[in-house]
Amino acid sequence: MINLRGTWAIYKQEVSRAWRAIFGTIVSPVLTTSLYFVVFGSAIGGQMQAVGGVNYGAFIVPGLLMLTLLSESTSNASFGIYMPRFTGSIYELLSAPVGVAETLIGFVGAAATKSLILAAIILATATIFVDYSIAHPILAVCYIMLVAASFSLLGFILGIWAEGFEKLQMIPMLVLMPLTFLGGTFYSIDMLDEPWRSVALFNPIVYLVNGLRWTFYGSSDVNILVSAGSTVAFLVICIGVIAVIFKTGWRLRS
Amino acid sequence: MEPILDIRGLTKTYSGGLKALDAVDLEVRRGEIFALLGPNGAGKTTLIGAVCGMVRPTSGSIRAFGLDLKSDWREIRQRIGLVPQELGFDIFDTVDRQIRYSRGLFGRASDDGRITEILRSLQLLDKRHDQIRKLSGGMKRRVLIAKALSHDPDLLFLDEPTAGVDVELRRDMWRLIDQLRDQGVTIILTTHYIEEAEEMADRVGIIDKGRILLVDDKDAIMARLGRTEARFVLERPQQSIPEALQSYHVSLHDEGKVLVYRGGDGMGKGKAEIAAIARILIEHGIIFSALDQKESSLEDIFVELMEEQAAG
Ligand SMILES: Nc1ncnc2c1ncn2[C@@H]1O[C@H](COP(=O)(O)OP(=O)(O)O)[C@@H](O)[C@H]1O
Ligand SMILES: [Mg+2]
Repeated sequence: MINLRGTWAIYKQEVSRAWRAIFGTIVSPVLTTSLYFVVFGSAIGGQMQAVGGVNYGAFIVPGLLMLTLLSESTSNASFGIYMPRFTGSIYELLSAPVGVAETLIGFVGAAATKSLILAAIILATATIFVDYSIAHPILAVCYIMLVAASFSLLGFILGIWAEGFEKLQMIPMLVLMPLTFLGGTFYSIDMLDEPWRSVALFNPIVYLVNGLRWTFYGSSDVNILVSAGSTVAFLVICIGVIAVIFKTGWRLRS
Repeated sequence: MEPILDIRGLTKTYSGGLKALDAVDLEVRRGEIFALLGPNGAGKTTLIGAVCGMVRPTSGSIRAFGLDLKSDWREIRQRIGLVPQELGFDIFDTVDRQIRYSRGLFGRASDDGRITEILRSLQLLDKRHDQIRKLSGGMKRRVLIAKALSHDPDLLFLDEPTAGVDVELRRDMWRLIDQLRDQGVTIILTTHYIEEAEEMADRVGIIDKGRILLVDDKDAIMARLGRTEARFVLERPQQSIPEALQSYHVSLHDEGKVLVYRGGDGMGKGKAEIAAIARILIEHGIIFSALDQKESSLEDIFVELMEEQAAG
């Protein structure tokens, strides 16, 4: 039987930890995203052509949302599990009647919750700077939840793998950030010349950005089913990796 | 009666190749206070880790409450509390929230009355809304204990509970241990002080280099461990041991210039006998110019036990 109270305790603890660090969790990403909207949406966006019939300011909303979603989900979850390892309080989790299910639902659920709240705030903030609409709101919410959960899982793996704060930041900074910038956040990959267009298709983030963009505007550079399918596949792989980590005790039990 | 904890052939070899536990067999009885006594690096923390889940055993079996840890780990862990050797928690959190968190983590419904009771018993009540980082070292340790007690465990592990703590906390700790024993909680504590094992435990297990050397009732162990030694330096050399001293463990050394006593049970008998010997010497007009007295150290005793074992 799964320990529901244990799951709830972890979840609550993690959400309250984020609440304590309200600046890092909410204020700073909202501020950063707002700056992007001001610069790319309002200032530069006014000079830009509409992309596929969508006003440029509106076009970048899903991409910017994805940018924040990926980095915040990953870093929230990775910090969540790295901190107990760092402070030594992990002994309590290891000695408690909680297994992989409780730990994952607690930590990843909390990280994903934070991402969802953040996404809502960013979308609300965006209305100040640009006009946009959402064609498939329910699918958009589902997709945001799927991405938040997947990258929280990735963050959880990074938090177990990392053996120092630098390593913790490495993947989000050196891999996710560049790939997201190159992944069509600010442009449609149809604007690229060959061979760059084909190269871009190897960037997994392209599929995420376009998946979300499709739920907003009903159009996409890539097949939306490929986007959704690969995101689900990524989620399943992450869960599999974490299950193996718990089974072997890698980096957790000596 | 079935032991509350039953360890068989427990071996742990760390990834570096170090064998921290070597085929340990150990039974702990329900309701007792069991002290695991051994020098630093003996494997005490590793043993606790293997039961509590921080260490993956290389081989052997662990049963608790009649259940197998491999299959019934959830039920077992729910009933175990652990106060680790090292401080470790989210220092930015408050005392109250940390303790509630622990209780929830172990699957217990929240209970304000119980939490308050635990906080009071550890003198933490007025600190309950403080951030842990603002507490002194001793107070932090109390929080760790409160966390371990938050889910009312039946079996409590205390890893070096009094190492580096102040007198007041030490006294509170012993009172708490007494109280818990009265409530029927089984307590396993580790220590590298003989006196501590002597003062608190019902039974003692001696561990060194990953091997359990001896497990017995405290009194029996202390009788074996307590080796009081006294050297009387005599003014005038003696040819033989006076009649009145024949019943004591004494011998003459250095051409009769030194009278050496070895004996005692570690619980005061040695000191009493030395006093008696001194009196007898004076009564017999045998003057001594110096008296040296010492208790054998844990180290001496380990060496002795190891030699005894090696000799079969
Ligand atoms: N995680 C670890 N990896 C490798 N060796 C370890 C680890 N933890 C402890 N040891 C070694 O195992 C031995 C037993 O350690 P420990 O169980 O902590 O002893 P004690 O608690 O009795 O002082 C020591 O030699 C220690 O250095
Ligand atoms: Mg230790």
